[in-house]
Amino acid sequence: MIWLTWRQFRLQAAAVAAVAVAFALVLAATGRRLADLATTYRDVFDHLTANDRHLFYAGIVVIAVAPVIIGVFWGAPLVARELEAGTHRLAWTQSVTRTRWLATKLGVTTLAAAAAVGLLTLAVTWWSQPLDGALSSTHGSLPSRLTPVSFAMRGIVPVGYAVFAVVLGATLGAVFRRSLPAMAVTLAVVTFVQIAVPTWIRPHLVSTAEQTVTFSREKLDGISISDNGPGSPLKLTVRTGNPGNWVLSNQTVDASGRAVNLPSWFASCLPPPPPPGSGNGPVKAQGPDTMDACFTRLNAEGYRQHLVYQPANHFWPLQWAELALYLVVSALLAGCCFWWVRRRLS
Amino acid sequence: MTAVVRATGLGKRYRRRRALSDCTLEIPAGHVTGLVGPNGAGKTTLLSLAVGLLAPTSGTIEVCGGRPAADAEQLAKVGFVAQDTPTYPGLTVAEHLRLGARLNPGWDDAVASSRVRRLGLDPEQRAGRLSGGQRAQLALTLGLAKRPELLILDEPVASLDPLARREFLQVLMEAVAEHEVSVLLSSHVVSDLERVCDHLVVLVDSKVRVEGDVESLLESHLRLTGPRRDLATLPADQHVVSASHTDRQSTLVVRTDAPVLDPSWTVGRLGLEDLVLAYMEGTRAEAPSPVMEVLG
Repeated sequence: MIWLTWRQFRLQAAAVAAVAVAFALVLAATGRRLADLATTYRDVFDHLTANDRHLFYAGIVVIAVAPVIIGVFWGAPLVARELEAGTHRLAWTQSVTRTRWLATKLGVTTLAAAAAVGLLTLAVTWWSQPLDGALSSTHGSLPSRLTPVSFAMRGIVPVGYAVFAVVLGATLGAVFRRSLPAMAVTLAVVTFVQIAVPTWIRPHLVSTAEQTVTFSREKLDGISISDNGPGSPLKLTVRTGNPGNWVLSNQTVDASGRAVNLPSWFASCLPPPPPPGSGNGPVKAQGPDTMDACFTRLNAEGYRQHLVYQPANHFWPLQWAELALYLVVSALLAGCCFWWVRRRLS
Repeated sequence: MTAVVRATGLGKRYRRRRALSDCTLEIPAGHVTGLVGPNGAGKTTLLSLAVGLLAPTSGTIEVCGGRPAADAEQLAKVGFVAQDTPTYPGLTVAEHLRLGARLNPGWDDAVASSRVRRLGLDPEQRAGRLSGGQRAQLALTLGLAKRPELLILDEPVASLDPLARREFLQVLMEAVAEHEVSVLLSSHVVSDLERVCDHLVVLVDSKVRVEGDVESLLESHLRLTGPRRDLATLPADQHVVSASHTDRQSTLVVRTDAPVLDPSWTVGRLGLEDLVLAYMEGTRAEAPSPVMEVLG
């Protein structure tokens, strides 16, 4: 059965392997220089070429897309193509039970997906390590590995995504009995999950840290004004102290701890809006003394900034928790798949 | 007499459609059994139930003494050549034999390779590029080399031209004689089965109409032609299978074990095809009468 599975699978496997190897070679060729950069300079960011930054984001895109591709092209047709072509009637009447047939096919494909995405992630993680969260003293930064942009493209979580995508594809293929709709729905569901998990689930997988801090110019991250004219609420965000933290909530609270907008007098601390016709050019920042005075007044009136965040050192606990989540969901789905193939397709 | 297939009250219902209902039959071992019926009569459903591709919604079916597809051992006892003889288009002939060898502990490689040689199939040819007849032969080879107790074929010749049909059935017959395997094959073309079958099951409208030894079926069915008469006046031992009337004349097909004594009838014998057609027509013309029930 393993032979047959491999024989049916080898073309698709070779296609993915070829892309993965090509990408890994590019990373291998450029990765050492980055590691050297990181040991030589404190501000790696300033010494990066545009190419390096493109590759950094390419790594993120490749690991984000790989499980989707694998789910759509390996998982969805796994059972559906046999049902479409009628070859399941040949396969299921050899001296191998349907359960063993599915176990071998699903097992081999899942392991291959895990291996392919695992190795690819290993390469990307190694390559990106010097760059993750790189800050420039003067301008710009790269996302740290805990932020939603990078988290699921590092470490071990991508393996969970790949396993989930294959099992989901196979199950949908068995249910729909047709490859094309199964591929389309797999694509939609895996993409949705990739957005939904960081938005709603990942923040709660490991308990968060909280801080309530006073205001100061060093901690200021940004002030946002909604564009609804004068008198509209102002919002202020501060830094947690470690740029590797993943900030989930950054909220101003009053003396009684209720979430509030900044008081209206704070608007006068800001630079006046640019005169009409001057375009979006940089506006002159208000003098540091004015800002300090404003922050002192805020602190005196009992305003504080409340922060909820996942600290940078939660990276591995979060990785393990999310991997476990995907493996559990995949196991449940696989159970459905077996049940469906054995009972519903009879 | 041992039975290779024993069905009791067997039924299969898809969401709304009833594909097979209350099917009770016993197919003896060591025979070539033909399953005939019009398209959509439930032949494929019955055969799929026998190989375990489908599970019954009512009743039971036992094949070679076990529940179909219950385990690997049971699967090994039954060979199956599915309708349209599916093969993997991307795999070569040799790879199909390898598939058979890997997936069947009882695989007889000598049978497989000698058959492929005799058929003149190129082992390196992809199955997707074989002709319909060649593909059917390949599927048959897979079924035979598995060395099953019972070989089930679903419309194996339906898509073949007359020459390929004849060849296929000839090869099947040789193999049956050689390996002493019981065979159950379906067709909606009776003339295909006439040459090869010695046992017959007629399935119409998802019900078994008649079942029995071909020879005794031919002996016990007669065509009666004579002046028009009321069917109620027939002797009790003559069961009407089908009847057609003109203004003056009645033509009946009856099943009876006793000789027909009424001198007003012209008595004729039926060929297998006429016999099967009589059962197909009979059910279309009239409401079920006792004769429509399972016989034998």
